Amino acid sequence: MILFYLFALLSVLGALGVLFLRNPIQGAMSLVGSFFSLAAVYVMMQAEFVAVIQVLVYAGAIMVLFLFVLMLLSLRDEGPSFIRWSVGKVLAVVIAFGIWAQLALVLGQHDPEALVPQIVSSGEEVDSIKLIGQLLFTEYLLPFEAISLLLLVAVIGAVVIAKRRYPGSSS
Amino acid sequence: MMQIPLGHILVLSSLLFSIGVLGVLLRRNAIVIFMSIELMLNAVNLSFVGFAQSMNSLNGVMFIFFIIVVAAAEAVVGLSIILSLYRSRRTLNIDEFNLLRW
Repeated sequence: MILFYLFALLSVLGALGVLFLRNPIQGAMSLVGSFFSLAAVYVMMQAEFVAVIQVLVYAGAIMVLFLFVLMLLSLRDEGPSFIRWSVGKVLAVVIAFGIWAQLALVLGQHDPEALVPQIVSSGEEVDSIKLIGQLLFTEYLLPFEAISLLLLVAVIGAVVIAKRRYPGSSS
Repeated sequence: MMQIPLGHILVLSSLLFSIGVLGVLLRRNAIVIFMSIELMLNAVNLSFVGFAQSMNSLNGVMFIFFIIVVAAAEAVVGLSIILSLYRSRRTLNIDEFNLLRW
C-alpha cells in the first residue's frame, strides 16, 4: 500500500517534469520515468498485462520515437518564451485547475466504489493473458482487425508525410 | 494482496490528466505538447484499469489495449507531421504556425 503512494508520487513528479523542464529531452526522460512508475502501479492493481504493454509500447516504443524525433530536430531550449505569463496563460491555469477541481468534487461527493456494480468474484484469475487472448479473438475480433488496418494506414501516412521532397523532384 | 481503493486511483488519474491539460495549454513546443497528450491518454488508461479492477471485468483491459494501439498510431502520424513542419519553418514554436488561423 505504501508502495502505491510512492509510485503514484513518482508518476506525478515525472508528469510535472514534462511540464516544467526546459529541455524537451529532459522532459521526455521524465515522462519515461512517469510511465514506468505507472506500470508499477498497474502491477500493484493486478493488471500485469497492462503493465507489460505499458512498458513495452509506451516507455519503450513511443518514447524512443519521441527521442528519435528530438534527436533529428536538434532542438535548442525554448529560450525566453519558455512560459510567458500572459492573460491567456493565467486563463490556462484556471481552466486546468477547474477541470481538476470538478473531478475532485465529483469524487468527493460520490463514493466511486458504490457506483460500480458489485460483481461477485468467481475466484478465478481475472487478468490472465489467456482470457485476454480469447476475448481478443472472439468478442473483439472486428475491432482487432480494424486496428490492424489503422496501424497500416498510420505507417503509410507517416512515410508519406515525413518524406523529404528534394528540390529537383516533381511532386 | 490488499486492493487499492478506487478513489485513490481516480485521484491520481485526475491529477495526471490536469497536468497534461496544463502542459498542452502552457508550453509552446509542439513536441512537449504532444508528450502532454500522451500523459492525458495515460491518465485515462489508469482510470480504466481502476474500474476494471473494481468491477472485476476484463473489458476495461481490452479498451486499454485498443487505446494504446491508437495512441501509437497517433504518435507516429503526429511526429511525422511535426517533422515536416520543422522542415518548412525551422521552428517548433506553435505560435509561429498560424496557417489555419482565422
